Amino acid sequence: MGLELYLDLLSQPCRAIYIFAKKNRIPFEMRTVELLKGQHLSDAFAQVNPLKKVPALKDGDFTLAESVAILLYLTRKYKVADHWYPQDLQACARVDEYLAWQHTTLRRSCLRALWHKVMFPVFLGEPVSPEMLATTLAELDVTLQLLEDKFLQNKAFLIGPHVSLADLVAITELMHPVGAGCQVFEGRPKLAAWCRRVEAAVGEDLFREAHEVILKAKDSPPADPTIKQKLMPAVLAMIR
Amino acid sequence: MGLELYLDLISQPCRAVYIFAKKNGIPFELRTVELLKGQHHSDAFAQVNPLKKVPALKDGDFTLAESVAILLYLCRKYEVPDHWYPQDLQARARVDEYLAWQHTALRNSCTRAMWQKMMFPVFLGEQVPPETLASTLAELERCLQLLEDKFLKDQDFLAGPHISVADLVAITELMHPVSAGCQVFKSRPKLAAWRQRVEAAVGKDLFQEAHAVVMKAKDLPPADSAIKEKLKPSVQVLLQ
Repeated sequence: MGLELYLDLLSQPCRAIYIFAKKNRIPFEMRTVELLKGQHLSDAFAQVNPLKKVPALKDGDFTLAESVAILLYLTRKYKVADHWYPQDLQACARVDEYLAWQHTTLRRSCLRALWHKVMFPVFLGEPVSPEMLATTLAELDVTLQLLEDKFLQNKAFLIGPHVSLADLVAITELMHPVGAGCQVFEGRPKLAAWCRRVEAAVGEDLFREAHEVILKAKDSPPADPTIKQKLMPAVLAMIR
Repeated sequence: MGLELYLDLISQPCRAVYIFAKKNGIPFELRTVELLKGQHHSDAFAQVNPLKKVPALKDGDFTLAESVAILLYLCRKYEVPDHWYPQDLQARARVDEYLAWQHTALRNSCTRAMWQKMMFPVFLGEQVPPETLASTLAELERCLQLLEDKFLKDQDFLAGPHISVADLVAITELMHPVSAGCQVFKSRPKLAAWRQRVEAAVGKDLFQEAHAVVMKAKDLPPADSAIKEKLKPSVQVLLQ
């Protein structure tokens, strides 16, 4: 059994890994774990990732959690082109800096935007107060500003002239609120231009393929009560 | 001007960077940024780190934020012994996995535990609702269990038989609730034994030196109202 990637393309970090593996022609078996059906909570999946999250990787007997760790593992094992995670000390540090920063900032606000705007009301049938949604969207705004001012600045890509892991991780995050109907790029021409460059670098077909699921998230049929009960604790913990 | 490290040893990630640099004999100028005096909000410091956080690094014209990025930069630039961030693909992936997981897990619960149990009441004179504290300590318990079961398991150190940057990042986190009087190692003999090993590997004197500030945090005089006004907005989030 070769490389297996346990993914649900509903999830931002899963999309980053999917795009990266496909773009770099890394051969893998796709193991879909449907989050909205609670499949990540199964005992079988816990054998692959006891943290019960996607993405997860299985390479022979070796299992690995955490999208950043998985991206770096794939980068090294498959000896991809240098620009994804440069050898240069300072360029590499810039990628590390972005990958560390995003966990508690962009990731968090993009996740909350999707769930507060769409998934709670549409999928879980739980109303979200206008104040809560407004707070979440305001936070997203602040984070987007930091993304532009501190990371992108006047460069073509987040860390310099070439696309890197940082751009993949960032763009897949931004598609989360886009999937929820947030006009993330409106009034942000810099980010819009960067998004187009990343899409071009990755390939528009691959980008579209990876984002099919999230762009249909707002059409999710409501969860049945069993599923809702099963998912609630994990969802609440995730978006805390 | 050589390497400058902008640190406040009251901060967990600063301690990890400090211990790492000292242990590896990396020459640096310590630039203390006193968080409890709001020095991280100064315009001068924003030149070093526009994210207004510690730790931050300045190496000539190159500035870098995020403790994980800083640790990896130092590993590479100063060519430290392999065990800190092993060349071996799978061992390195284990370190990356821990460094990624901890941002939203152990770091989060250790910071909240220390602030809610100690800093809010003692330093800011603000009472924290018992339910909030109870919930935080329960979350800390959950993270400690994951640390033991998923990461440490039956190994000597988090990523295998030798100490790595993952252990430094973890131990400095755990000392946060310890400083607030949480009995983190009581009834967790596995973690207690791992702590002994990490202290021995780092050197007891260096470990003690790095933790002198945080261990005295409970004796801090209450903040004056000017400081309270300055700090309250940014620490309010730690009450959620």
